[in-house]
Amino acid sequence: MMTLDAASWDALGLSLLVASTATLCALPLALWVAWLLARGTFKGKALLNAIVHLPLVLPPVVTGYILLIVFGRNGPVGHLLDSVFGITLAFKWTGAVLAAVIMGFPLMVRAMRLAIEAVDPKLEVAARTLGAPPLAVFSTVTLPLILPGVLAGAVMGFAKALGEFGATITFVANIPGQTQTLPSAIYAFLQVPGGEDRAIALVLWACLIAFAAVALSEWLAHRVAQRIQGQTQA
Amino acid sequence: MTLRIDITHSLGGFTLDTCFEAGPGVTAIFGRSGAGKTTLINAVAGVIAPDSGRITFGSDTLFDVRTNVPPHKRQMGYVFQDARLFPHMSVAKNLDYAVRFAAQRPQGAQRNDVIELLGLGPLLSRAPHDLSGGEKQRVALGRALLSRPRALLMDEPLAALDAARKDAILPYLERLKSTAPALPILYVSHALDEVARLADNIVVLSQGKVAAQGPIFDVLSDPNAVPLLGVRQAGAVVCATVVDHGTEGLSTLRTSAGTMTLPGVQAAIGSTVRLRILAQDVILSPRKPEGLSTANVLPVTVTTIKTGIGPGAAVGLLAGTDRLLTRIPAPAIKDLNIKPGTSCYALINATSVAPSSIGR
Repeated sequence: MMTLDAASWDALGLSLLVASTATLCALPLALWVAWLLARGTFKGKALLNAIVHLPLVLPPVVTGYILLIVFGRNGPVGHLLDSVFGITLAFKWTGAVLAAVIMGFPLMVRAMRLAIEAVDPKLEVAARTLGAPPLAVFSTVTLPLILPGVLAGAVMGFAKALGEFGATITFVANIPGQTQTLPSAIYAFLQVPGGEDRAIALVLWACLIAFAAVALSEWLAHRVAQRIQGQTQA
Repeated sequence: MTLRIDITHSLGGFTLDTCFEAGPGVTAIFGRSGAGKTTLINAVAGVIAPDSGRITFGSDTLFDVRTNVPPHKRQMGYVFQDARLFPHMSVAKNLDYAVRFAAQRPQGAQRNDVIELLGLGPLLSRAPHDLSGGEKQRVALGRALLSRPRALLMDEPLAALDAARKDAILPYLERLKSTAPALPILYVSHALDEVARLADNIVVLSQGKVAAQGPIFDVLSDPNAVPLLGVRQAGAVVCATVVDHGTEGLSTLRTSAGTMTLPGVQAAIGSTVRLRILAQDVILSPRKPEGLSTANVLPVTVTTIKTGIGPGAAVGLLAGTDRLLTRIPAPAIKDLNIKPGTSCYALINATSVAPSSIGR
């Protein structure tokens, strides 16, 4: 029941590639934006917050279409990327990564922002008075304390990237072997008579991956907690 | 090395406008809550930038119009009211954190000295959340010391502790004072008993202004400072040498004006202790009294009389070379016919000297 044909394997592999790449690319940027929103005092903070959250409230198809307009080969940014760097996003797997990054971004920022807000800034002040420069304070005090939140954000982003459908299919279409991700493959199989078996096999794999991702994140969070505790016992 | 602080900073209802110096030893910043004490110490640490003024340490400018040295480059050790230990690190790692970022790294022996001084050995492997309030403050103090600070800033480090834990930690602070006599320590407090035990100098803040400052023995025995310190809390500090411990729990101490008998003295025979004698526990008599229940009668000379403090008057006394302070009802000045220079006797209620008012 879980045996997959070549096209399904391609879709599964592509989805994992897209989701992992998107998570890794979005992580540092999301952490920075989460920091700005949690601790920053600057004009336009509300606007930044709104822009970050926009993909969460817009219909995914709308987001995908906006991506197509902006990053398509004739779009302002897409044209620039194509002519200067030779990078094409529309109808490529890299475009699926961009769609996944944008759709997962608000979820990642949200989890990390909550974690940063939970850290008492007084601890950071204490670290400064002990002689630690600002960046060292972040890496030695803030980051270890928010690590569980960062992990939670990464898992949320990965899960969102894996399941992203609307924006992806609008921006990069559904080309088997090139841009066909797991959800778009399931959708495609259900469009043809007799495709249910192939769809069900992929659905089962999707469940399996989701389960594994949650288990992995739990294990990592446990490891983090243990390391924090372990430092106190060492 | 001397810390010179001359700053103005507008706070909610008033302006902090202070100018004073703090040399080696403990300088207490005393004042009621909201007097601007924490703001002042935060400005010295570099945690906030005052509106204007100048903060220097020796020849080094920490803050002025052009300069604002960031907190991590000031080398000011800071002990906060809430210990602020890093929750993800053990006690040992908290201490090592200070060692790691210290401008001049302390040697292993110095780390051991601090651990020894503050009795941190048994706590090293513990997590901050497993420590009592007093233990947390000892670790926080050790951590601040291991950053090899040029001066130590303490913001009401005992305010969150109950009386028993306070009494348990005060001896450590007294030991710190004697092991590091050259270190300037700014000690913010609104508890006069702590100040009386620890401070060498005191700066009294009121509504953001320096209302009185000077050596602790002078300011606490000055009748004019009574309204600032609070009528009930007012009382002079006297140095005494422990002569003998009696059988009944009463000890004999020698002051410059004569011997006194007091309960609850923990110090060893021959050592010098500070006695805080509250103004309301001193009674004046024109003649040497006989047959009273108190054994402590010292011959004194009236130095200053300050009237107009409620229904009472504050009277400064010279007892040998020590100064005492008493509060008497205003009509008693006439009845006893006392004026500066009058000789009389001070009766001191022995049992009212609490152990926490007796320190090294």
